[in-house]
Amino acid sequence: MTAPLGKDLLALEPLSSEQIQLILDTAEPFKEISERAIKKVPTLRGATIVNLFFEASTRTRISFEFAEKRLSADTVNVAASGSSISKGETLVDTARNLEAMRIDMVVIRHGASGAAHFLAQRIESNVINAGDGTHEHPTQGLLDLLTLRDHFKRLKGLKVCIVGDVLHSRVARSNIWGLQKMGAEVAVCGPRSLLPNAISEFGVTVFDRVDAAIEWADALNILRLQLERMQLGYIPSLREYNRVFGVSRERLDRVKRDVLILHPGPMNRGVEIDSDVADGPCSVILDQVTNGVAVRMAVLYLLSGGKPELAENAKGGGA
Amino acid sequence: MADEIVELNNGTDGLIIVGIQRRGVQLAGRIVAFIAEREKVTVPQGALDITLYRDDLQTVGPRPVVGPTIIPVDIDGKHIVIVDDVLYTGRTIRAALDELADFGRPRRIALAVVIDRGGRELPIAPDVVGKRIDVLPHQRVDVFVEELDGKDAVLLATKAAT
Repeated sequence: MTAPLGKDLLALEPLSSEQIQLILDTAEPFKEISERAIKKVPTLRGATIVNLFFEASTRTRISFEFAEKRLSADTVNVAASGSSISKGETLVDTARNLEAMRIDMVVIRHGASGAAHFLAQRIESNVINAGDGTHEHPTQGLLDLLTLRDHFKRLKGLKVCIVGDVLHSRVARSNIWGLQKMGAEVAVCGPRSLLPNAISEFGVTVFDRVDAAIEWADALNILRLQLERMQLGYIPSLREYNRVFGVSRERLDRVKRDVLILHPGPMNRGVEIDSDVADGPCSVILDQVTNGVAVRMAVLYLLSGGKPELAENAKGGGA
Repeated sequence: MADEIVELNNGTDGLIIVGIQRRGVQLAGRIVAFIAEREKVTVPQGALDITLYRDDLQTVGPRPVVGPTIIPVDIDGKHIVIVDDVLYTGRTIRAALDELADFGRPRRIALAVVIDRGGRELPIAPDVVGKRIDVLPHQRVDVFVEELDGKDAVLLATKAAT
């Protein structure tokens, strides 16, 4: 037998619904640990984890670091600036050097799609993808699933619309794969210039008008509009984007029921989401952040599984 | 056993009954119900999942399922009784003691088990025992509880030689 997730967590696309279910179920008991006065269990004592962040990140990096520390792992953070990466060392050389210092796991955030996969094939350590280019951000997808499941008590049949820059969003891809595997219905909504050309191949509904999406959805996952996109000519202006695709209280009030609001952060208030929506009663944006730590603890716990050949010997140990 | 626990504590003041996942939780519930019936007091009940505190986590694989841990009240200065189905090596109890220490500093921790099968690998002894039996290392003792198994029973199973 192998560990239920294998060596790495690189994407949600290759996972089965059972594997996703296992991660979500495992995350449940980990929530309680963060509520304790002493927020620490000895589970990963002695394990060394490197957080290798080639791109800026606050939430994800800190969330991983809390997850690692609450499991008693030893952690080292490596940022691209201020390391040999800025001297031109390649990704593989950096990772191999880290591995020579006897590490157990690498959490990697990289601007290139496929970077985590590339690394996982070349090193022995467990690799966790913390976002690679425009490909996937699996732990974000998982924490979104957990937050939706917490609220609706189910994922099957749930209608979730992803609003915004789907083209450049790894969060969107992880959400689409994860939600569809768990039996939810997924739609996307955004300017055509920010949707992939082949979006229909994902098997999602496409809404051109955000009002139609709100009308349809149980929950909206509102993506960050990366401001640098505007300079590249994808959208004419932020004001226009807000007027056409921004989620406002007024728009939500037009439907006579609650629509759950998710956002992976960081938010551009007044662009893709208005402040009274972000801070409103249907917003679970901060619950997502809380769940992020639990989900990442679950992933670390499941991936760090022991060696299969020893499992047989350990059986029959009993109480 | 419930009477013995109350006696050990000189009453029900400050008593907390904590079951170890999984069968211990149901057994703890029974003890709380008995005490409620006899003493007309409902003592707080908790549950511990010790998986994350196991000393063999680096060697067992794949990862065991983790159940919920619920400690409903502040345990500082309280009298905790840990409840489990079978006491064998004592390693589970060692893990439970470590976990409880992360929640606070109880005045006293006692141990109640339905079956003590001997074979301890750590210096741990029960305070309240349902039944003490001698069991060979290759035999297994299973305690069944109605809530999970549909019946209340204690079975002695002998594994075929491998």
